[in-house]
Amino acid sequence: MKTFLILGAGTGGTMVANKMAEILDPQEWRIIIVDKDETHYYQPGFLFIPFGTYSPADVVKPKRNFLPPQVDVIFSDIELIEPEKSRVKLSKDKKIINYDYLVIATGSDIHPEETPGLDDEAAWLKNVFPFYTLEGATKLGNFLKFWKGGRMVLNVSEMPIKCPVAPLEFLFLADWFFHERGIRDKVEIVFATPLPGAFTKPRASAILGGMLNDKGINLQPDFNIMEVDHAKQAIRSYDEIDIDYDLLVTIPTNMGAEVIGNSGMGDELNFVPANKHTLQTDKWENVWIIGDAGNVPASKAGSVAHFMLDILIENIQRHMEGLEPLPEFDGHANCYIESGFEKGVLIDFNYEVEPLPGKYPLPGFGPFSLLKESYANHWGKMMFRWMYWNILLKGGEMPFESQMTMAGKWE
Amino acid sequence: MTTLENVELNEEGFIVNAADWTEELAGALAEKEGIALTDAHWTIINFCREKAVDSGAAPTLRQISKGAGVTTKDLFKLFPKGPAKKVAKISGLGKPEGCV
Repeated sequence: MKTFLILGAGTGGTMVANKMAEILDPQEWRIIIVDKDETHYYQPGFLFIPFGTYSPADVVKPKRNFLPPQVDVIFSDIELIEPEKSRVKLSKDKKIINYDYLVIATGSDIHPEETPGLDDEAAWLKNVFPFYTLEGATKLGNFLKFWKGGRMVLNVSEMPIKCPVAPLEFLFLADWFFHERGIRDKVEIVFATPLPGAFTKPRASAILGGMLNDKGINLQPDFNIMEVDHAKQAIRSYDEIDIDYDLLVTIPTNMGAEVIGNSGMGDELNFVPANKHTLQTDKWENVWIIGDAGNVPASKAGSVAHFMLDILIENIQRHMEGLEPLPEFDGHANCYIESGFEKGVLIDFNYEVEPLPGKYPLPGFGPFSLLKESYANHWGKMMFRWMYWNILLKGGEMPFESQMTMAGKWE
Repeated sequence: MTTLENVELNEEGFIVNAADWTEELAGALAEKEGIALTDAHWTIINFCREKAVDSGAAPTLRQISKGAGVTTKDLFKLFPKGPAKKVAKISGLGKPEGCV
């Protein structure tokens, strides 16, 4: 009996388990998936919790519901991965799993402790909140419900971060939320980012930066946070610029799982070095990555994990047959950006092509406007939660192509 | 010889052909950024160029501070505002891949 092991049962790991269960012969293979947490979080939904659009119950479901019955599911911390020996040690019962193939889908998480002062007890979850965890998003929601206004600063500690558009969406939704509550004139919104502009890619950055400006949101580019001075209620950059806040919403440093670092498999941020086109790890030919666990320079987002899926599965199957993996993954990302007032913007891009304006042809639903606000884009995003739970996680057919297409885009 | 006048740069100011890079050109590119190169700068530039040979990409801020043994704060003093991007530019490398 051979073993196909998946570490992590989030978006990427769950999709891989479903696909492999369809493909591998159960007489020959057992599939095991390991995760520390029994709850599956719909992470894109965290964004809506601070504004009361979603409640915590809307974004959680049991992981088991999305995994096929023939897959062994083990809920445990992972103690160590030993890729040279093709085995993994779990904390639970000190179990050792020997594998033939390993897919690392352990994702990334926020690490506020990387920035001095950021998670100081005096301020953390009091007037300093992340929204990349369910707890942070929920507590921020409670804070905003009764906030009378002041200076809200949104800060990104360092790149890369999960879903690089989420900070922008947060700003647009906050602007709308404060309008609805009738206190927009009492709130100053500041966006302090280490990037040179609103977004990572030039054309989208210019358009999205213009939208920030139109909404009266103050952009502070090239701001690299050194520390938080919570006594003074200010964030300080390495070049000693202070930005005062009444409310600090933070996107702390994102890092891969600790076990990746402990096992000596990661880079400085515990992301696993892998080939950006084949998704095979650089060092171990039977170890592969999906989603934000790897160091490939694509957006760390669920849509990207989805676009990786078919290529990853094909390459693993090729490897099982003794064939070379195909360099097919192009870094494709597709993001609905909530822009407030029931509108949204859609961007579609890959390693080579930055987000461009035009139309995105989506059979049955589209077309959606690219890099331009529309009501349809907002409804596309809201509809996506249903598609995520009911189709995407189970590895069903989605009306999106893995590789990016230029159809509809204006150059 | 390649000089700042005849070297091809992209719209963000990065050298298009890596082979055009010379130490003299690095000095000129640095000057354009308002930096006069010292030994401390060269330690960082050499580290980044070596790192890029290994990994095929310009190192990120974290990789530089960890690998070259210099604090992030000192990096900001040597290369004010976005050091990773500035070093990459002066060292004739592409844009660091943290920006995705």
